Amino acid sequence: MADKTKDEILYDHNHDGIDRRGFLKCMAWAGTGTLCVMQGGVLKSFALNRPSDSGAAVAKGELSFVQISDSHMGFNKPANPDVAATLQAAVDKINGLATPPEFLLHTGDVSHLSRAEQFDNVDQILKSTGKQTFFVPGEHDVLDDDGKQFRERYGKGSKGAGWYSFDQKGVHFVGLVNVMNLKAGGLGSLGHDQLEWLEDDVKHLKSSTPIVVFAHIPLWTVYPEWGWGTDDSAQALGYLKKFGSVTVLNGHIHQIMQKVEGNVTFHTAASTAFPQPEPGKAPSPGPMTVPADQLRSYLGITNVNYVQGHHALAVVDSKLG
Amino acid sequence: MRIRVCTAGLAGLIATAAILLLAGANSSALKAQQGPAASTEVKIDNFSFGPAAITVAAGTTVTWTNRDDIPHTVVSDDKVFKSKVLDTDEKFSYTFAKPGTYPYFCSVHPKMTGKVIVQ
Repeated sequence: MADKTKDEILYDHNHDGIDRRGFLKCMAWAGTGTLCVMQGGVLKSFALNRPSDSGAAVAKGELSFVQISDSHMGFNKPANPDVAATLQAAVDKINGLATPPEFLLHTGDVSHLSRAEQFDNVDQILKSTGKQTFFVPGEHDVLDDDGKQFRERYGKGSKGAGWYSFDQKGVHFVGLVNVMNLKAGGLGSLGHDQLEWLEDDVKHLKSSTPIVVFAHIPLWTVYPEWGWGTDDSAQALGYLKKFGSVTVLNGHIHQIMQKVEGNVTFHTAASTAFPQPEPGKAPSPGPMTVPADQLRSYLGITNVNYVQGHHALAVVDSKLG
Repeated sequence: MRIRVCTAGLAGLIATAAILLLAGANSSALKAQQGPAASTEVKIDNFSFGPAAITVAAGTTVTWTNRDDIPHTVVSDDKVFKSKVLDTDEKFSYTFAKPGTYPYFCSVHPKMTGKVIVQ
């Protein structure tokens, strides 16, 4: 999978004594399941498969949650004939974490065809985590009904097409919807109403409040030829410029990519269903078939840890197999 | 000598004319293929519409078939027609009564675009 640690940062904007290059180097091992946590300004790494170590490390963090994405329940083509099994494997991995996450974020394409039974199936599988999941829709979740079903299921208290925000342990979470009203030839789109809401939502927050934004399509331009970007994300990021720590979590591209730009860390998650090719490495961005025994190494979950008082969230990806 | 050259020249001319005629015939055949009777089918595959641009006579019904392993839709830019989501092997048809140009795209993957020109 793409190792994006080459997108290293040259500046230490947060002045927290952490060499971001060191942080990113730590995350280079994240694919094999390494937990990187900031403790008292020092970066420490622990292997996820050594429960005692990672337990001690995470206990010192104030908040830990897991991002999953692109479960595509209902997909059954050669790239993965059993997406329910791989979602279950992701849940098993979550349930096996030494320190359970406080909640889950699902960054969309929950279902493959927006069908009721597909949403039901995902809900059923996620139930065994015993945790609440916060959802934002992918383009596969809003087919034929403009997302009405999705909002009824997962959008209580949300506005417009389903955007919302909430706070946990001093971190402000913002769920955005960028898969509605897409224009011919365009990318993802947030739209005027949502941008106005976002500006207002974060206006009165202190700049020291850590922000986590989650949305389906990447909020940075990964590969416009394949629609991997959002037309009006620059405006959204403009409203977040004052904050010392912004983490953007996305899905849609079915592979892990990371980019750090000033105070903003962008991260896209692997799918729990099937991989897609790296930008430009195939004629189109469709499901990529890999040898069956390798499939789970292309799928995964993302563990995110926040230690109060430290600007950057530790984002760790781990494969399903 | 002169006669031979002339003959050769004439043969050359005839050959060239024959080739040109054949070429003309071929292109007519191709045009017939692209004419209203045959180009009412659009195949959706590999995140693209094929052919991306077709020309049909008014009153023609165009049928889109999804051969891709991912669902797509067929949505007119100007809200003239809109398919439901098409999974693999599902079809959508629309009859174009009025002449005009009808650009369309896949609302799930908006980079996929096509157009129907109705004459």
